[in-house]
Amino acid sequence: MRDVLPWREAVAPDGTMGEPRARGRFGGYGGRYAPESLVEACREVEESFREAWADPGFRGALARLLAVHAGRPTPLTPARRLSEALGVELYLKREDLTHTGSHKINNVLGQALLAIRMGRRRLIAETGAGQHGVATATAAALLGLEATVFMGERDIERQALNVFRMRMLGAEVVPVTTGSRTLKDATSEAMRHWVGATGDSHYCVGSVVGPDPYPWMVREFQRVIGDEARGQCAAELRTGVPDHVVACVGGGSNAAGTFAGFADTPARLVGVEADGGAGAARGRLGVLHGCRSLFLQDDDGQIIQAHSIAAGLDYPGVGPEHAHLRDLGRARYVTVTDGEAVGAALRLARTEGIVPALESAHALAWVIRAAGDGDLPAGSTVLMTLSGRGDKDVSTLKELL
Amino acid sequence: MTNALTAGAVERHLRARRDAGRGLLMPYVTGGITPGWTDYLRAFAAAGADAIEVGLPFSDPTLDGVTIQQASDTALARGASTRRILADLAEVGDLGVPLVVSTYYNLVLNDGPEAFCAALRRAGAGGLIVPDLPVHEADELTDAAEAAGIEPALLASPATPQPRLAEIAGRSRGFVYAVSLMGTTGERTALAASAAELTGRIRRVTDRPVLLGFGISTPDQAREARRHADGVVVGAAVMRRVLDGAGPDDLRAFLATLRLALDQECDRPR
Repeated sequence: MRDVLPWREAVAPDGTMGEPRARGRFGGYGGRYAPESLVEACREVEESFREAWADPGFRGALARLLAVHAGRPTPLTPARRLSEALGVELYLKREDLTHTGSHKINNVLGQALLAIRMGRRRLIAETGAGQHGVATATAAALLGLEATVFMGERDIERQALNVFRMRMLGAEVVPVTTGSRTLKDATSEAMRHWVGATGDSHYCVGSVVGPDPYPWMVREFQRVIGDEARGQCAAELRTGVPDHVVACVGGGSNAAGTFAGFADTPARLVGVEADGGAGAARGRLGVLHGCRSLFLQDDDGQIIQAHSIAAGLDYPGVGPEHAHLRDLGRARYVTVTDGEAVGAALRLARTEGIVPALESAHALAWVIRAAGDGDLPAGSTVLMTLSGRGDKDVSTLKELL
Repeated sequence: MTNALTAGAVERHLRARRDAGRGLLMPYVTGGITPGWTDYLRAFAAAGADAIEVGLPFSDPTLDGVTIQQASDTALARGASTRRILADLAEVGDLGVPLVVSTYYNLVLNDGPEAFCAALRRAGAGGLIVPDLPVHEADELTDAAEAAGIEPALLASPATPQPRLAEIAGRSRGFVYAVSLMGTTGERTALAASAAELTGRIRRVTDRPVLLGFGISTPDQAREARRHADGVVVGAAVMRRVLDGAGPDDLRAFLATLRLALDQECDRPR
């Protein structure tokens, strides 16, 4: 059966980035801390995903959708002028070139097919920057499902273009007016809504967060990034495997998918968080939105609101597998500021002709900084996932520049 | 079946009242909601509450509807914290009915389950409800709670399959919290049909007291709930009034109407 799988799957010999251990654990993180009313629904998602993921028919259907609708495989682009200036060899995995403009479509197509397999007729989603919401609305339209997307009022203001795109695609966008009115609150509201809608709706979580099996399932749906890049690097790079693999981390789905392709290699894995949303770098153990992981919180245990110019990184926690990779020392997590990210976005635009999403610009900002201070030794090969395109951020940048 | 002789203090109290034919009433208040918030506790006890639920507000109450969300935000904006609320509780002293603390698991983990349960005990609380801690994740809390003499009540939902319901009822302490409907906390216009079905299924596997919560807002609903369960939890209906400015005396009058409804239902020939 494995011969017909559309891509190879890298798992380190010690099991790192393989299936989570019993009860959805990645080391001491993960689990299914869901209200009792959602436990049965989570169990059903897990069971269906296990069956689907072992079913060549499901895998084939997903691979075909990824190819003919989402435009996979995405290219690996050498960033020639920037590499020359930085003194490293930088390659970009171009998730910005997927249909809908970000890696989010990889996960959503998988979950939408799963929802149909489970007999659900509607997708529920949370969104921050709007990329996951647009991807969900797109998959729903493509496959004849309904979509209800929860989005913080504050994000609705700063990502107006994506709100309009979702509505054009036929999705219902529900403004969330509680708490900080950003991604964290949109996620809470989507969970609340799912409690009352488990019978006909699938909660299409957008990142490697949430109750088991979501962190595992979303990483598996995103591993197409890393698995493709692994093959492309083998063909293109003089080192075969890059010395460093870099991706931005909000909840951490594009990073998890990228890292998964290199789990069994000596590549150094680097997750780049927003300075104001550094769950992995500065969070403490906690439980939020169904999983045990690292979250920004005050001394009393109240969750602290994240702040980032990139709405998609405005999440006060990180997926449980990233917390585990951090503890293992397998990946390191670093932070960059809003200003560094904006500078990196401009630099990529002017040296390579690519306007990146502000989320992805965080990963690039670290590459630029690390190449300058020797953290990335001269001549290193670097694979960076460019998780999304920057069209949605043009109005934000216009106000700044 | 549960052995009543090994039950903790909360469960013994509720069993005794239930066995005497009384419909149980557990009103809820968000700790720290007003400067003199503990006056609500005294009012609840005076109105005939059989236990009182005290919420420790959390920034992200994922199972609460808009009323408890607002109450949590209001209390947190006033500077409420686990430490301050428990200090207030310790000053209240014995109200003659058990205090059951409820909160989200992040606040338990923040202190660590052992320290958290020990602090509850010192504050005079007897029970604990953690709505985002399902039975399969509950070991570390139930062990710590048992050591500290705290009774953690587990939640059962209309979606819970029967074998799991037996596990929940078996491992719950104090009472079993039956979630009446598939939804969040908040007032509803009618008692959900799922309430009767769920309480019936719980009764098949335990003789522990069963309290029905989520959506019970009026005397009529309390009366109807009493036909299925041993009693009711009333949260959002209380907190909406508190948020609208109702004082302890107003809440005492409101709860008295629920008390009367439950008592009348008990007097009906069965």
